[in-house]
Amino acid sequence: MSERTTKQRETEETTDADAKGGDGTPTTVTSGATSTVRALENAGIETMFGVQGGAIMPVYDALWGSDIDHVMMAHEQGAAHAADAYNVVSGRPGVCLATSGPGATNLVTGIADANMDSDAVVALTGQVPQSMVGSDAFQETDTTGITAPITKNNYFASDADTVGDTVGEAVALAGSGRPGPTLVDLPKDVTNDETDRDPGMPQTPETYTPQEEADADAVETAAHTIEAADRPLLLFGGGVVKADASEEARAFATEYEIPVVTTMPGIGTMPEDHDLCLSWAGMHGTGYANMAINHTDLLIAVGTRFDDRLTGGIETFAPDAEVIHVDIDPAEVSKNIHADYPLIGDAGRVLEQLHDTLPEAPDADEWREQCQTWKTEYPMGYATPDDEPLKPQFVVEALDEATSDEAIVTSGVGQHQMWASQYWTFREPRTWISSHGLGTMGYGLPAAIGARLAADDDEEVVCVDGDGSFLMTVQELSVAVREDLDITVAILNNEYIGMVRQWQDAFFEGRHMAAGYSWIPEFDKLAEAFGARGWRVDDYDEVADAIEAALDYDGPSVIDFHIDPAENVYPMVPSGGANDEFALSEDQL
Amino acid sequence: MSGGLEGPPPEERASPDGRRNSQGIRIDPEVEAEPESRRAVLSALVQHEPGVLANVSGLFRRRQFNIESLTVGPTTDGDRARITLEIDEPEPGIEQAKKQLQKLVPVIAVTELEPDAIRRELALIKVDGSAPDQVGAVAEMYDGKTVDVSRESVTVEITGSEQKIDAAVETFGRFGIHEIVRTGTAALERGTRKTT
Repeated sequence: MSERTTKQRETEETTDADAKGGDGTPTTVTSGATSTVRALENAGIETMFGVQGGAIMPVYDALWGSDIDHVMMAHEQGAAHAADAYNVVSGRPGVCLATSGPGATNLVTGIADANMDSDAVVALTGQVPQSMVGSDAFQETDTTGITAPITKNNYFASDADTVGDTVGEAVALAGSGRPGPTLVDLPKDVTNDETDRDPGMPQTPETYTPQEEADADAVETAAHTIEAADRPLLLFGGGVVKADASEEARAFATEYEIPVVTTMPGIGTMPEDHDLCLSWAGMHGTGYANMAINHTDLLIAVGTRFDDRLTGGIETFAPDAEVIHVDIDPAEVSKNIHADYPLIGDAGRVLEQLHDTLPEAPDADEWREQCQTWKTEYPMGYATPDDEPLKPQFVVEALDEATSDEAIVTSGVGQHQMWASQYWTFREPRTWISSHGLGTMGYGLPAAIGARLAADDDEEVVCVDGDGSFLMTVQELSVAVREDLDITVAILNNEYIGMVRQWQDAFFEGRHMAAGYSWIPEFDKLAEAFGARGWRVDDYDEVADAIEAALDYDGPSVIDFHIDPAENVYPMVPSGGANDEFALSEDQL
Repeated sequence: MSGGLEGPPPEERASPDGRRNSQGIRIDPEVEAEPESRRAVLSALVQHEPGVLANVSGLFRRRQFNIESLTVGPTTDGDRARITLEIDEPEPGIEQAKKQLQKLVPVIAVTELEPDAIRRELALIKVDGSAPDQVGAVAEMYDGKTVDVSRESVTVEITGSEQKIDAAVETFGRFGIHEIVRTGTAALERGTRKTT
């Protein structure tokens, strides 16, 4: 089977990829389409992800002679997720490309995902010629209308002379301030029209001026509050990752010895094996993180939007705490949780300001001890019977063990996502890549493709997936094979939409309506059919060998771990409950 | 089979007494009452480009802010338009509405107008034509004027505050109102105060 795999890939390589040009010089602008590509080159874009189609063909044609690499995805949703993960791993904007109509609507899930997680994704969509807009033409859809609520801003390009500037603005805007997705709709007449006008360097709109530095008086007041706190707690969110502020965040926490919890997107901002780190809080966060949240008297929240999966019920969230909220987006401050001390600015810059202002560490020995006590009182753990079926947590720990500290983990959404984030010990930012806000099943595999292309060669890319999530975007495995991407997909297969099954057991008297698969493909064979390598693992003593073989294989591999179908995710804060009400097992819900 | 997690169960954990209200503000549960909503007039200076109005109205719909009225028109700068919005929300909601509005990229500036700002609305009221003189007299009472007369109907134009229009509509009701249209509130700050 592996011979056929190799042969297939050789065939691919000789047909398409080699022919595409790119001679190291910028694209010459002759049309709206070449201007679009030139704008992307000016913005430093090196890789993009997309799917061809009628209305976007002029832009694709303009890519023929460009140095920008294009990864042809199987489905536009995959293109958006790949671009998203590319951004999270690299910090550079991820670009995806699709045609009009279904191409654009297929991007929508990925754009919404990027919007919820503040990821800098730029979507370029083809559109029918302007003369046909509004006529219900073939593959016409109101793309800017549909995506307005899920983009930071979108644009309808109407002129070949200015389309390059618009595309440049979309790229610049996506990555600045609080990042987010942008979209440019490109009618075919605009991309086909002649122009020789070079787009300049990408510029954000003049009226877009995010505040980088917090008001000095407000910083001073907040600093005094920190100094006076008895039970201070730092909460690092995804904003710390976006701002590349992990270094400042760690320095602040360690110098003043303030315990840290993270949100799920904030995983990796503080090494999870650091004494001060209580790991992540929220619905399935650690017991100790959730205890700390509920008992702190000063919550110093940096780059978080207080999502309900973090807070549980608003009424009982950190009920004794004053809140310092550092965020670059003023609209997040006092949106869900009132901020007693709002500090608007870039996470790294404001942490530096606080660092420069705060004279002394708060006197919090007792509190730190209390946090450590909670760590020993509520340790993460799982039953490890000698007999199979496999415990998923064991598989996650084995994967973590077999990979480096810099390994990048992507996931789908559901139980496997929770086990991956609970039992993998993350030490670096931009290594945990998941769909947090939107909760998009199927994110993991295309995300692994985007992550692989953004990561350094020595960083392993592992997708911890669920059987349900894997089936949602499995077609992207063809891309990983074609592009010869070294990724390892570890499916925690319980033959269920597992989180739904867990909730049905807890809240619907065990009626497993549309949660179980009465039949599920053999994923190891499916992987081989795609041209990847595949293994199936049922036994504990096969786990380590299969992982080693998959990691050793220089290409896409899939391990189908058949896990205990009855295993559930705990701790669990009941929906709308207080953080310290986390259940340790179903009978506590 | 459970996850094998250890530790005291929920009922054995000491829990703090504090509470927040539904706006996430820490409160004394004994004294806290539900926040009352109030009417606010927001003025937004926006880029005069397609899609802005849809974006603004979509924002208010999807975030469930109650819009009482929304008007839009050009300014002296051809590239800019002004949107006036009246919303009815409890206090944190008004602040949040302003911030969300400000966050839209084509929105240049947002202000909430002072309570004494000049607020005007225009209404066209078409009433039954059987008593044109009386209709004219009532219109005059409201500083309005008759703008169209036919055998069947008289149409009057009234401008003023929302309350004044409400009152006029009620008064004209006795003639029998055929049709009515109202513009919603346009507003500017008084004197030298800038609106945005």
